[in-house]
Amino acid sequence: MRQLFILIQKEFTQIFRNPFLPKLFIIFPVMIMLVMPWVTTMDVRNVGVAIIDEDGSTLSRRISSDVRAAEYFTVNDEATTLDKAHSLLEDCEVDIILQIPKNFERNITSVEPEKLDISANAVNATKGSLGSQYLVQTIGSTLSKYMSEQGVQQASDLIAVQNRYNPTLNYRHLMIPALMIMLLILICGFMSAINIVTEKENGTIEQINVTPVGKFTFVLAKLIPFWIIGLFVVTVAMFVALVVYGLTPLGSLWNIYLATILFILGFSGFGVAVANLSDNIQQTMFVMFFFVIIFMYLSGLLTPISSMPEWAQKFTVILPPRYYIEIMRSVYLKGTTFLEIWHNFAALGVFVIIFNLLATITYKKQV
Amino acid sequence: MSAIKVENISKSFGKVKALDGISFEVERGELFGLIGPDGAGKTTLFRLLTTLLNPDEGQAEVDGFDIVKGYQAIRERVGYMPGRFSLYQDLTVEENLDFFAALFGVKVEDSYDIIAPIYRQIEPFKRRRAGKLSGGMKQKLALSCALIHRPSVLFLDEPTTGVDAVSRSEFWDMLADLKHKGITILVSTPYMDEASRCDRVALCNEGRILGIDTPTDIVAGFDSPLYAVQADNMYQLLISARRARGVVECYPFGEAHHLIVDAEFDIGQFKAELADVQGLCIKPAEPTIEDMFIKLMKQ
Repeated sequence: MRQLFILIQKEFTQIFRNPFLPKLFIIFPVMIMLVMPWVTTMDVRNVGVAIIDEDGSTLSRRISSDVRAAEYFTVNDEATTLDKAHSLLEDCEVDIILQIPKNFERNITSVEPEKLDISANAVNATKGSLGSQYLVQTIGSTLSKYMSEQGVQQASDLIAVQNRYNPTLNYRHLMIPALMIMLLILICGFMSAINIVTEKENGTIEQINVTPVGKFTFVLAKLIPFWIIGLFVVTVAMFVALVVYGLTPLGSLWNIYLATILFILGFSGFGVAVANLSDNIQQTMFVMFFFVIIFMYLSGLLTPISSMPEWAQKFTVILPPRYYIEIMRSVYLKGTTFLEIWHNFAALGVFVIIFNLLATITYKKQV
Repeated sequence: MSAIKVENISKSFGKVKALDGISFEVERGELFGLIGPDGAGKTTLFRLLTTLLNPDEGQAEVDGFDIVKGYQAIRERVGYMPGRFSLYQDLTVEENLDFFAALFGVKVEDSYDIIAPIYRQIEPFKRRRAGKLSGGMKQKLALSCALIHRPSVLFLDEPTTGVDAVSRSEFWDMLADLKHKGITILVSTPYMDEASRCDRVALCNEGRILGIDTPTDIVAGFDSPLYAVQADNMYQLLISARRARGVVECYPFGEAHHLIVDAEFDIGQFKAELADVQGLCIKPAEPTIEDMFIKLMKQ
């Protein structure tokens, strides 16, 4: 215990003596929380629309001005003819062409009305499909208003969509709780692994190994500072989420901290295992990056797991970040209680055991 | 009981045999030197004796404890100074010393008498970071840290490599001082001239020990005639001398070339053979440990 305390004290002295690291522990969570939620959005904005109005009627002009007014669209006025519009589409100057055919207004109440034509560039699938969907919605509301003004009886909306838990469909709210995992991966995984390998590279581990300090004590003393720093950084991130986005967890803070502690314990064990198997910082960085990329893309951080192919969905079962992200999102946005998602906590617990066993096994008794 | 006892130890790294059946003993309070070129296996031997490695074959005892079974006891009572500076460069001189003292559960004041002659020289810089010290000061700090827990055996792996001549001489004075305090010291060095400062030396090459004796007896064991030769063109001399009759070995030694010869050698004939070498001058030379080393290596 005495040795552990001395070693931890030494680690903190080294960390706070570093001109760069302590600042990073504040800047890092603040930057991730301020920047990432804005750039990792799936909202589609600034969809370029070319409107070819062949009708030239009151209604067609009304549709044009409503599209112009909608915040998602930027109407391109260069497109006066259909050919011109197509060439603009090819050059990616516009994303969608809206063609209003002749006699659209005149025939709208007839048995066979003229049809509006929407063609979207779907190279960027998200922008194409979401953009045309928004356009359909915008025109739909204009048309239904017009119809009721004309005294045509409209079937009232049969479908009512309500977005629960995230009423304004704010993608940022989904990202914020999940982004905290990036902080933990970088600080508790990367930093602790690099810290151990640095001692190997500098040969200082050799000097420690000839003292009576046990290997277990040595590794523990390396990890504990980063556990503490990890919890601190998550706290800073939650504070930023509250101040900047007004987002507080609906569920209990204890659940968030419990999940965070479990994830930190597991992931730092993983970091140690990687450090044990590498001889220098380059190797550690390379291996860690490989896993972090897998974690980022397959854990549901950026895209929902349910929309992945089935084999990938099965694979995500063995990724600890998946469980952490699920806990964070449901506790933050839905106020889920521990009993409802205990299996996620249990999964994290299993990873703690597996990774730390791995760390112990890979740690050679004598270097 | 001897302080270090090595019996037939071997260690390989892959196909490279770093140590090949080495045996020797070091008495208590002895200053024992391992002399040999790079790659002789000196560092591997140190790593085995300080319990950082396990041997493939053979066994060894340090201070009465087996290096494999008793590794914990050994770590309590030996001091090790690796060839490469291995203290924390971002901690100050004082912090490094306090840290290692604390790890062994001792107070710096309690061991101050033993480290004082060394530490006093770097004490004015105690708030300086270890990484910012000069080479000689780093070495003194490393030695202080290795001594902080009053070890009974001290292992110094090439402590004088990369240190200037004055500091080297000072360092050996410090070792002599520690020896008088009853500490057994095993020290390795690639510099043959330092061998004379040891009580006994082992000449090592390619994982084997060529000979163990006191420096004087090692030199006394040099039983063939030795000559120093000089000429205007030293390179031409080296080539021609090696071809001359009765010359066993000719190698550069300081300003001259040393010549190890056998019974067939005759100075008159040698001069005749090397008639075309300008300014040839040959005279008998006193053998040194380096001459002995080269002679043993050739056998």
